[in-house]
Amino acid sequence: MTYPVIKAAAYVLVHAPNILLEHGTTITTERLLNPDSEYLKVLPKYLRSFDDAVNYAPNQVYIGNMKPEELRGYPTPWYANPVSGSRDGKYGEIMPEDEFYGLLRIVDRFELVELSPEFASQIKPKIEARNLFSAKQLAALDKTLDLSEIEKMVANNEADGLYLDGKLVGCVRAAHETDENLSAHVVFENLVSKASGALVLANLIKKHGINPLDIDYIIETSEEAIGDMNQRGGGNLAKAIGEVCDCLNATGSDVRGFCAGPAHGIIHACAMVKAGVFKNVVVLAGGSSAKLGMNSRDHVKKDMPALEDMVGGYAILISENDGVSPVVRTDIVGKHKIASGSSPQAVIQAIVADPLEENGLKITDIDVFAPELQNPELTVPAGAGDVPMANYKMIGAMAVKKGEIDKKDLMMFAEKHGVPGFAPTQGHIPSGVPLVGHVVDEIKEGKMQRAMIIGKGSLFLGRMTDLFDGISFIIEKNSGKTEEIKEDSEALKQEIRELIAGAIKEVADSLAGR
Amino acid sequence: MDMANQARIKETAEKYGNENVVVVIGAAEPESAGLTAETVMVGDPTMAGPLTNVALKLKVFHIFELKDLIDPAVYDEQLSMMEMVLDVDALCEEMENIRKECGC
Repeated sequence: MTYPVIKAAAYVLVHAPNILLEHGTTITTERLLNPDSEYLKVLPKYLRSFDDAVNYAPNQVYIGNMKPEELRGYPTPWYANPVSGSRDGKYGEIMPEDEFYGLLRIVDRFELVELSPEFASQIKPKIEARNLFSAKQLAALDKTLDLSEIEKMVANNEADGLYLDGKLVGCVRAAHETDENLSAHVVFENLVSKASGALVLANLIKKHGINPLDIDYIIETSEEAIGDMNQRGGGNLAKAIGEVCDCLNATGSDVRGFCAGPAHGIIHACAMVKAGVFKNVVVLAGGSSAKLGMNSRDHVKKDMPALEDMVGGYAILISENDGVSPVVRTDIVGKHKIASGSSPQAVIQAIVADPLEENGLKITDIDVFAPELQNPELTVPAGAGDVPMANYKMIGAMAVKKGEIDKKDLMMFAEKHGVPGFAPTQGHIPSGVPLVGHVVDEIKEGKMQRAMIIGKGSLFLGRMTDLFDGISFIIEKNSGKTEEIKEDSEALKQEIRELIAGAIKEVADSLAGR
Repeated sequence: MDMANQARIKETAEKYGNENVVVVIGAAEPESAGLTAETVMVGDPTMAGPLTNVALKLKVFHIFELKDLIDPAVYDEQLSMMEMVLDVDALCEEMENIRKECGC
């Protein structure tokens, strides 16, 4: 059997403190219910600068400049112990908010994003210097609207403002007078997802020297619904993002599964490549503006910076077996079935233990697990605990129940088979996929044999089912054989020849009366 | 506790009577278990949900406090793994403390 491979991975972050203030749902809800609250008054003081975001160790891990293990033992709190970071990463980059506003304009095909002439002229050379987007694309920044017009639209609730340091510099218009699915707020959220998705795809192409014309298909796995009042989740962000990055030979579609979306998407892509339908499939997602500052109330209460100011993005290229890149074992896929049950024990059994047992592997045969990888510094102060550590303990406890390890070695298991969480709390973004880039590198460097990526989704949030969801797959070192199917079929042919020969001999013997 | 759950608990208590409702919590962290318990006893401390200023004074336990009442086979299948993972003593202590604080 031959397997598809993970050819490349890219990761980006966008520093978005003003978007946090305007679009984070914790903040917008508070503004609605308690407009004069102390939390709203003090929150702006708890936002951090772009430099602070760049020099934040978990962000450097996310874009590939540090290994996740380096966080282990690194002095805490991480926000008070900055590293000497770079906005450019091995896997991608960290973009400041002003450039991102420019990118919103660049990816906008319906003239819904308006920027003031002063602001546009400031950021155009900054974006140009990054060398990610063409002169034709940058020309979008030459179409501007006077600030007075922008102010009027925002004041009349016809548009949502784009702010920098409290100053209005642009806006996103509503795309329809009455359709709430095309309101300024929804269009804004969707454009944030599109722009951060395009940013990560552009980085994937640039960092890995990929010809965008070689990409056949794109699967987008964020949690936004693209459509209008007649088809709220019609799609298709995948194709919209591919268009920005000149993937002219690609089509695509959006796969949804809450936080499990990326893992589902990767399995879809692997199946397409393995079946020979497409040769190069990119699975990607941009990030979410709604989730910015989700736990900021607790962060403020604990007198720490509102660290959930990063919009995330990831992109992974799945290709035909090249004999070098790590493979995805399409024959070892764990799934949380409708009948699996929703207790943590049932979930771990279904998505971790069952696929391994069915394939003669033990839990301890997996070098590293990649479950939800939220940065604990964001979640612990909010009472949600250290999510990756809880997952590692659960997987370890399952290994104890299976008799693979001793109960006293549970913590050692968590350390040996896990990594500290480092991803922003952007729903689908932390769910397993942030470790893929590191896993690919470790396997290629011969430091790792196999890893399990786990996606989990809280389907009940949409109120259509109270089921949980989860799906897992294994990334493994490439055996170097790319023609296994051919070899297999040769062996099969030989076996058939021998069977036929045996049958003919039996017939000949019976005819001869022997 | 999210708004939808607060609304459901409020509705259930109104329908069946506060004395006939027991809330069982499965939270993983003592802090969130405590906050949930506080919400169903004396009201939403974040002043955001339907239980704001509503003191239902419901009976509330963490599932680990009820181990003796659960069929051992069911407990083994559903909870034994999490018993290894979570700080059961801290969870039970938090529940006892919050019940005392709330006078329940």
